[in-house]
Amino acid sequence: MEISPLFFYIFASLAIGCSLLVILKRSPIASALNLVLVFFAFAGIYALLDAHLIAALQVLVYAGAIMVLFIFVIMLLNADAPSFDMNRSHIAVRILSAVLCLGMFGLFVWSFKNSSFTAPVQGFTPARIDAAGGNTKVISELMFSDYILPFELTSVLLLAAIVGAVAIAKRKFELPKGQGAKS
Amino acid sequence: MNLSQIDPWVVLSFCAAIFFIGFAGVLIRRNILVILMSIELMLNAVNLTFVTFSKQLQHLGGQMSVFFIITVAAAESAVGLGLVIAMFRTLRSVDTDEIQLLRE
Repeated sequence: MEISPLFFYIFASLAIGCSLLVILKRSPIASALNLVLVFFAFAGIYALLDAHLIAALQVLVYAGAIMVLFIFVIMLLNADAPSFDMNRSHIAVRILSAVLCLGMFGLFVWSFKNSSFTAPVQGFTPARIDAAGGNTKVISELMFSDYILPFELTSVLLLAAIVGAVAIAKRKFELPKGQGAKS
Repeated sequence: MNLSQIDPWVVLSFCAAIFFIGFAGVLIRRNILVILMSIELMLNAVNLTFVTFSKQLQHLGGQMSVFFIITVAAAESAVGLGLVIAMFRTLRSVDTDEIQLLRE
């Protein structure tokens, strides 16, 4: 693919390093701030791959809305105490999960390297997309013609999520006797 | 190694690396906030796979799928963080070890 290797490797190493920090940092707020950097690196890679609308949405929705929600909840719960939760799981579980993930990763790389893709002749080539008015225009025309049913279903999903989030967060679950709150 | 372009399998392998970092996070962490962040990492890796195939196969259906996945991820994290708040109000903790409501 004709994308700049220099920028791809910069964004990719930033994303891999920061995502390792996300799962290894003790404090949740440090994990959240590293996750913001991962999202920005992903937005850069989307822009390299000519997905300009997706890159903008990534910054707006992920790095904007979702991360603000995460950090807001961490602040609200005052849950920023460094947690040593990794040390509580059994050492065999940790080694087994690392080996499992590395093995699956190796399998994926092997299968990606040994597969080949052929592009269709009448596809959306970059030249045709530019002639039709750019990535955003082509995507929005597709969204309101071929993909109109999923788009309308999305609005129902968002409504259900709003009602569900409010209903769940307001409710107080009852504990059985002799259990629960430490304070 | 060609210095003017990137092979698609390199980008796809990068997606797989991010996905399995997130997967390892779900497996080894006990803090539910970090588990939700790891799920977001996995969703992002799948999104990038969609965009890579969309570029490689010259079909914009992949980018449309990413648009819908971003919407679902926003809804999922809103409901998930609502659940975290409900759990914290009940248990005073964000550790998944503490969820023992069915044990008598």
